[in-house]
Amino acid sequence: MSSHSANPQLNSEGELHHLLSIDGLPRGVIERILSTADSFINVAEREVKNVPLLRGKSVFNLFFENSTRTRTTFEIAARRLSADVFNLDIVRSSAAKGESLLDTINNLTAMQADAFVVRHATSGAPYLIARHTSRHAPHIHVINAGDGQHAHPTQGLLDAYTIRHYKKDFSNLTVAIVGDILHSRVARSDIHALTTLGVPEVRAVGPLTLLPTGLEQMGVRVCTKLDDGVRGADVIIMLRLQSERMRGTLLPSAAEYFANYGLTAKRLALAKPDAIVMHPGPMNRGVEIDSHVADGTASVILTQVTFGIAVRMAVLSIVSSSASMQ
Amino acid sequence: MKIAILNGRVIDPASNFDQAAGVFIDEGCIAAIGRAPEQFRADTTLDAAGLAIAPGLVDLCARLREPGHEGALKVEMKAALAGGVTSVVCPPDTDPPLDEPGLVRMLRQRSRESAGARTYPLGALTAGLKGEALAALKTLAEAGCVAFMQTRSLPHDNSVLLQAMRYAKTFELPIWLRPVEDTLAGRGVAGAGAMASRLGLPAVPVVAETVALHTIFELQRATGAQVHICRLSSSEGIALVRQAKREGRPVTADVGIHHVHLVDVDIGYFDPNFRLDPPLRGTRDRDAIVAGLADGTIDIICSDHSPIGEDDKLLPFGEAEPGATALETLLPLTLKWASENKVPLPQALARITSGPAGILSKGSAKGRLTVGAKADLVVFSALESWVVGADTLVSSGKNTPFNGYELQGRVRYTLVGGEVRYQAD
Repeated sequence: MSSHSANPQLNSEGELHHLLSIDGLPRGVIERILSTADSFINVAEREVKNVPLLRGKSVFNLFFENSTRTRTTFEIAARRLSADVFNLDIVRSSAAKGESLLDTINNLTAMQADAFVVRHATSGAPYLIARHTSRHAPHIHVINAGDGQHAHPTQGLLDAYTIRHYKKDFSNLTVAIVGDILHSRVARSDIHALTTLGVPEVRAVGPLTLLPTGLEQMGVRVCTKLDDGVRGADVIIMLRLQSERMRGTLLPSAAEYFANYGLTAKRLALAKPDAIVMHPGPMNRGVEIDSHVADGTASVILTQVTFGIAVRMAVLSIVSSSASMQ
Repeated sequence: MKIAILNGRVIDPASNFDQAAGVFIDEGCIAAIGRAPEQFRADTTLDAAGLAIAPGLVDLCARLREPGHEGALKVEMKAALAGGVTSVVCPPDTDPPLDEPGLVRMLRQRSRESAGARTYPLGALTAGLKGEALAALKTLAEAGCVAFMQTRSLPHDNSVLLQAMRYAKTFELPIWLRPVEDTLAGRGVAGAGAMASRLGLPAVPVVAETVALHTIFELQRATGAQVHICRLSSSEGIALVRQAKREGRPVTADVGIHHVHLVDVDIGYFDPNFRLDPPLRGTRDRDAIVAGLADGTIDIICSDHSPIGEDDKLLPFGEAEPGATALETLLPLTLKWASENKVPLPQALARITSGPAGILSKGSAKGRLTVGAKADLVVFSALESWVVGADTLVSSGKNTPFNGYELQGRVRYTLVGGEVRYQAD
């Protein structure tokens, strides 16, 4: 089987119409997003921060799961492109009234939406939406802003952008991704972005309870000890540990986690001298990362946030310029 | 009513009979195979030139959606007949579950009125299928339940299963079990492995199946209960059943037809039609299923038919109801398995006719083409192909992973008790 669908992100011209996952994106598409983001970095430094690329377009932020940071950066990105932005906090509205996901989508489509930025707690939800709109409203673009444990492609892209900014070249890097890989959509998107861009060594670091099975098949090296994971690394990406996972069957305590997997200055010293430390935020200081490291010279965590806006502008402008799905 | 079916290839898998012959039906039973009995004058003659004549399919798991959905059974019965299925075993996971004799009697009554396939209800092993208190097994058996099943997973509490086996053994009632240990399966929606990890889907580990099988075998050893294992899914699970059979353990096992063909990567981009229970696993597991069918570790194939409406299927993968419509694809997909693995047609058909009939009741004439047996049979073309789709499926469920696929194997006539109950257009 498995011949049943082409990559649902690309239209028949091979253009990026939706951004659902980095998995399966051609390298050229990723590189184009990164280079487009370059041109938007400067926009932020101008007195007038807006460009008219999406003037008259309506971008709907559909957040079926709470998020302030990601939603805000998407909102800023869309506004800087001169789009009209509508934030729908679906956690508290229609879904609570029992409306089905696709009914919600149909309603918003009827409001002349041009793009949906979707965050959903269930893996794959943006695919369902994209499949539906591609059939019934083929001009609409769907951008995945995080689905379950599956993907957070704009985070993967902004991480790649940040790494490229500091390291210039991907082809000789060692990148360590540390923490709760099992539940992390950021880790998956980072892995796909970095392996596609040619990073020769991506390491996934964590206890066996937080490492999904078959991870090696995604092209990463699995390390269960943090020292092994960060030794000689150029980039260390620390993942957020959700508070509900700090005590239970996966981990005994936040303290034991920090003792074994928390990034401290001493452990950071095992990495390359010019190594950078990243984190998708929000951070748990003293759980996955020591404050001295989070605020230290190696940390580029706040730069990631700034770059995130440019990368999201790039994604919105690129998908908006693609032809309709049919 | 006398019917003659002429010029066909008659296949009786149980006796390995496979010859061009006529089948002659009188008073609902097979009167002769080969030459017409003396003074046989057919009221109806069916031309089966180029077609196969086989026992009607016996499906050990098909959901007819009643009780729960008024009027659904009639439609699903039509789907059964269109698929050449003349006997269906209905699992108790209805709404409410089949744990009351009144429900069982009602189901049988509705089935008879539908003039569809014969129906064999499975009773709930525990009240409300909750896995806590025993259902009234003996009373349910008297109402027509052929066996007792705990659907989804083993009872959470092992002592419930132990006592259920003891109690069932008292009355020699068979128990059918899904080898799933609920605490290990958790809320998984995909088979554990690289694909589930890549898609970020909660996974069901293989140990959920193997631990359950160990539990079943140990408790069976202690009680002597008669056990049938439903829907094996993993290579390791199949190895355990193989070993148990080698040790002489009286156990039978089945697999759902989709698991003979599909693997987890077929989920593709979260296609909810591939959300099945048990979840699809890797190529290695699928190959083990095929090998298990070849060496008899897996006795039979069932459809595991689950018609699901769009509202419950058009959801994000993990929220979609698991299952696929399959009564009408059971025969073509079994033929596909046979042709891909060079299994002779009679042996392939045994897995969906005489094999399952033997699990229902040993030594019965059901699932066989023999003189004197009830004339439940299917006449089909093994070569004619059709495209699976919403417009070709009779079932209310259009949810199939094979949507849009062209499959070979098309039913022309289905007879139940010597009555032509389905005829292709």
